[in-house]
Amino acid sequence: MELEKLSIRQIHQDLIDKKFSAEELAKFFLDKIRKEDGEINSFITITEDLALKQAKKADEIIAKKNDLPLLGGVPCAIKDNILVEGIKCTSASKILENYIAPYDATVIKKIKEQGAVILGKTNMDEFAMGSSTENSAFFCTKNPCDTSRVPGGSSGGSAAAVSAGFCKFALGSDTGGSIRQPASFCGVAGLKPSYGTVSRYGVMAYASSLDQIGSFGKSVEDCREAFEAIKGKDPLDSTSLKEPADSEKIDLRNLKIGIPKEYFVAGMDKEVEKTVKEAIGKYEKMGAEIIEVSLPHTEYALPCYYIIATAEASANLARFDGIKYGSSEVGNSEVKDLLEVYIKSREKYFGSEVKRRIMLGTYVLSSGYYDAYYKQAQKVRSLVRGDFEKALSRADILLTPVSPTLPFKIGEKMDDPLEMYLSDIYTISINLAGVGALSLPAGWVESPDDKAKKLPIGMQLIAKPFEEEKIFQAAMAFEK
Amino acid sequence: MISEEEIKHIAKLSRLEFSESQLEKFQKEFSAILEYVENLKKADTKNVEPMAHSIKVANVFRTDCAIEKGEDTSRRSQKLLEAAPDSKDGYLKSKAVF
Repeated sequence: MELEKLSIRQIHQDLIDKKFSAEELAKFFLDKIRKEDGEINSFITITEDLALKQAKKADEIIAKKNDLPLLGGVPCAIKDNILVEGIKCTSASKILENYIAPYDATVIKKIKEQGAVILGKTNMDEFAMGSSTENSAFFCTKNPCDTSRVPGGSSGGSAAAVSAGFCKFALGSDTGGSIRQPASFCGVAGLKPSYGTVSRYGVMAYASSLDQIGSFGKSVEDCREAFEAIKGKDPLDSTSLKEPADSEKIDLRNLKIGIPKEYFVAGMDKEVEKTVKEAIGKYEKMGAEIIEVSLPHTEYALPCYYIIATAEASANLARFDGIKYGSSEVGNSEVKDLLEVYIKSREKYFGSEVKRRIMLGTYVLSSGYYDAYYKQAQKVRSLVRGDFEKALSRADILLTPVSPTLPFKIGEKMDDPLEMYLSDIYTISINLAGVGALSLPAGWVESPDDKAKKLPIGMQLIAKPFEEEKIFQAAMAFEK
Repeated sequence: MISEEEIKHIAKLSRLEFSESQLEKFQKEFSAILEYVENLKKADTKNVEPMAHSIKVANVFRTDCAIEKGEDTSRRSQKLLEAAPDSKDGYLKSKAVF
């Protein structure tokens, strides 16, 4: 039996039917990671002891014939910017190379209570800043679909781990596309929930008004099961919200899908355009009504994002001062005073993309530039959100590409930061507007340089806040 | 193009520094990014309210009462202290301010 192919629901049933134990399952995946992750590099830390402990707990529940929660015994992977008590949490940064998480993030508490088996912590762009996982201070993760290509980012390790069959689901964070773009590049499903749906307590903050934790699954259903487990209001995150009553089950024959005309423009890869348009055709055949909508401020979304996100990052990352935690130059005898501890520690242990974003954020907030940059960006953000409100009042769901290109080659965009920023052009607005969006494979095409390999092309389904269920229903209908 | 002096000033505010050799490369990249975000100025934002957050929540308070110091809280404080690069007698330790 191929354990890596089973769905979460199937595993749940098989565990109850004692076809295999949670311990056997955990050992199978740990062994697979040990054998195969050398080629992919999706994990920074393997948490074998924790995994086996959780598996044992799940097996005890089964032995006692108590109700096994759906994620009980299910192996998963966690992005390395989410705290798991007692486990190293690096955010793929030298400044946290030896940092041990002192407590569990709320999402971890929730999945641990269900008995999920955490196999390890996954690689990412340092502090979630990047679109290829090449900004990790430790090593670069490779795309399991074609190892000469990037897995996308910043949650590239989580997407790659799910794609390679190292775990059943994974958690990541998404500030401007960091779940959806790697999901698209690795051919898996990834959800960026609407803002406030999932508690951010225990995730390292990058841009607090945009960050959300979300889930990856090989199928839309697996992604959904993981999301169901982590969502909910949390007193420890004052921006988390209570979910309104469940949205109704949708009927594809009454579904109106909006296609934003600004998203299908020159510069998009031909194969991406073709594949996404074919997916739209499939929905039409299933009975959905396709309408054209407009998001007129799309061209401003990316510059708006890079002002707001970096401004928030410059404040959030001020906590890395060499005093409270993390790597420090406090013990260096050449460092004379407190200010030098700050500067030398940050200079030495932050990577170049992190420095670039802190600098940009500081610049746009500095005296004389605040109104021209930051305040203007906040106003543009209102316009972007207004666009989505209007479009989503006409359509139930919006359908767009996730990335304008196929997964690119390792090293291809590393010398040009701006070029790298442009790879998030279709995902950024969603975070600014605060709505939810899922990336799922729209189709697969031949790799341009190796016909034996297939590369995935993702599409994005977007709905109003708290309408994740509508997105999942529409996505599962497509997957069938 | 942003000047070297300006970069040094922003670096100081950011509590960062760049060596002379890094400075030139950074200046170029930073200028290109700034030029790109300049596009934002073309957006017509007359009568548009700035937006700091995508949801409207404000002032979420917990009950105003002291948390009892129990085993849990002291274990937590101990762990937080252990994460510090340097500490002494239950305090974080650093270099002199002046």
